[in-house]
Amino acid sequence: MKTFAQQGFPGRLIAVEGLDGSGKSTQIYLLKRWLEAQKLKVFFSEWNSSELVKSATSKGKKQELLTPTTFCLIHATDFADRYERQLVPLLRAGYLVLCDRYVFTAYARDIVRGCAPQWVRDIYSFAALPDLTLFFKADLEVSLNRILDGRPELKYFEAGMDLRLSPDPYESFKIFQGRILEQYLAMSDEFKFIMIDANQPIEEQQNIVRALAAEKIDLATFAAAN
Amino acid sequence: MRMKNRPVKLGARTARVIVPHRSKRRFYGQGIPGVEVAKLAGKLIVVEGADGSGRSTQIQLLVDWLESAGHSTVQVGLKRSTLVSEELDRAQEGNILSRTTLSLFYATDFADQLENIILPALRAGQMVLSDRYIYTLMARDFVRGMDAKWVKNLYGLALVPDAVFYLNVRPDDLVQRTFSKYAKLDYWESGMDLGLERDIFASFLKYQALMAEQFRRLQATYGFHIIDAHRPVEVINAELRKKIDAVLIGHKLN
Repeated sequence: MKTFAQQGFPGRLIAVEGLDGSGKSTQIYLLKRWLEAQKLKVFFSEWNSSELVKSATSKGKKQELLTPTTFCLIHATDFADRYERQLVPLLRAGYLVLCDRYVFTAYARDIVRGCAPQWVRDIYSFAALPDLTLFFKADLEVSLNRILDGRPELKYFEAGMDLRLSPDPYESFKIFQGRILEQYLAMSDEFKFIMIDANQPIEEQQNIVRALAAEKIDLATFAAAN
Repeated sequence: MRMKNRPVKLGARTARVIVPHRSKRRFYGQGIPGVEVAKLAGKLIVVEGADGSGRSTQIQLLVDWLESAGHSTVQVGLKRSTLVSEELDRAQEGNILSRTTLSLFYATDFADQLENIILPALRAGQMVLSDRYIYTLMARDFVRGMDAKWVKNLYGLALVPDAVFYLNVRPDDLVQRTFSKYAKLDYWESGMDLGLERDIFASFLKYQALMAEQFRRLQATYGFHIIDAHRPVEVINAELRKKIDAVLIGHKLN
């Protein structure tokens, strides 16, 4: 697998990954604001946000219709739609594309759900790798507390209840997140994740994120035409 | 172990119902996690063919025949899943589906029916009649230039059917049948997304010829039975019934 730069795209893609509650969405949002302030061509895309597919996914989740296989496929459909209709054209047009979660989310979650690892990876093989992948690593307890403090009502799939890990949603969520973290860490070298200590203050993390973006990508070349 | 059937005194008009032979089952690839194939007692019969090839007519006749012969049946088909059929319809109306998305959308629809309808029905010992299966989806993907290995991996989730019949009709005949039924050609069945021709009629002919070519290629790999569907409905159905009878008693089809 090759990155967008290696495939000759003029654009660059930055992805953030991490557990729910790791603070990655906050960080990529702040990065986006910073890049926009410099009048760069920026586009932001979120996991599970395709207008075509989203309603099916939320129906599947609400009515608990999803199996590990259909959970995998429906998220892959969502990703493919955004990839083909938005990400690729924008990257060809020389945009900086920021992704809150990328294929690694699927690798981790679907494998924890019991899908065959190579099957999942092959399904996503149409996607190029990000030019920069930031992994926000908080202590499991910290991530759990951020989620559990704020939103005490855990959703069925979010808590991994479909895996029957525990009848208690909180207990299930903890085991599930722990397993996902294991999967992420197991692939971190292979996909060159840059690890960011997400236990630090938001501002400290943002300093690191900005420095990394500026170091890895020649930002000035992404200036928007007036 | 199966009990040997003992002769039972039947009423004059009661015919003995044939208990289908248990076949060895497998998935094409990695399959569905946690499914024990040995417990899938029923039979999976697939009828493939283009729109207008007479699939639904043939399936309806087969259902009537199977049920009167004492078999419980279940029907499935493309774009009938609870999960995504509405969304897929809406997306197709907008003509905004790119090829990978189209492919994965249909795969999701297929997987949902496989897990929620086909596998439970087979576990319960029912006859599942599938109006098209993964082969149409694969042929469509190949015509759109999708990578063969990628497509094969994707459909490694599918169960190998007991029999697959392909109703073969020449593209020029398909046009006539489609017109007599709907009086218009469908955007997707004409492959208009491929930009083969500006004119939908010319596109339909080219697209259906490309599909037929892919089916011929798939036939070599997946060994389905090509049925000449230019013949009268009853003649075709008699051939299908004969072949399905053989499947039920565990004979190999050639």
